[in-house]
Amino acid sequence: MRSPHPLRVSVLAAVAAGGVAGSLLRYALTLVFPASSSGFPWTIFVVNVVGCFALGALPALAAVREHPLLPPLLGTGVLGGFTTMSTYAEQARALADNGHVVLAGTYVLGTLFAALLAVAVAQRLTSRPERQLFEDEEGDL
Amino acid sequence: MTWLFVVLGAAVGAPLRYVLGHLLDDRMPSGTMLVNWVGSFLLGWFTALGLGDHLMALLGTGFCGAFTTYSSFAVQSYDRGRGLGTTIVLLTLGPALFLCASGFALGSLA
Repeated sequence: MRSPHPLRVSVLAAVAAGGVAGSLLRYALTLVFPASSSGFPWTIFVVNVVGCFALGALPALAAVREHPLLPPLLGTGVLGGFTTMSTYAEQARALADNGHVVLAGTYVLGTLFAALLAVAVAQRLTSRPERQLFEDEEGDL
Repeated sequence: MTWLFVVLGAAVGAPLRYVLGHLLDDRMPSGTMLVNWVGSFLLGWFTALGLGDHLMALLGTGFCGAFTTYSSFAVQSYDRGRGLGTTIVLLTLGPALFLCASGFALGSLA
């Protein structure tokens, strides 16, 4: 499964550009929908679940599969920059540290299940060869 | 101009994640797991340090946000089958949460 490709500057640049775009979108959403210190972190929850659905569905798009820079740009780049494990972990930590332990656990497990469900649903749009090609093109790093 | 700091952090974080995934991900996505561990530790640490808005935009929202990923984690876990997938979930989330709390504790010491 490890990629046989060498590291290419064009792919690095695509990932950087996509990562910037995805991160800016995430940042903008947190400005519009700021998290409260004691409530469920809806903004990052939606960001992560939507991002997981999108990554699961991307291999369905022939236009993406057929241009080798699009999987790293859109998958690894945009969606990798858009979604976040660190903010999720920090939000769970903050909730737990402030006494909202059940809420923290609900957030951690709720995101996990919703994200995996999103991937499961999205992948129904794809075939195994499409997913394999997308993975070979490193759209899922 | 805070968004510029997000740009700079993300421009480093995302390609760094790609490189580690490219080099280390196999059936066990060790590279993706590593970035999620390290990024979660760092964000806990940065948060506790009480950095200003621009530094948090650069290091937190930008770097850690782009360095770590939930989408790759979820797709990789789902695609590797029940056994390996469950292992990846446990080995990613457990350490990420623990390391984030550890980073925060470390940053709180000063």
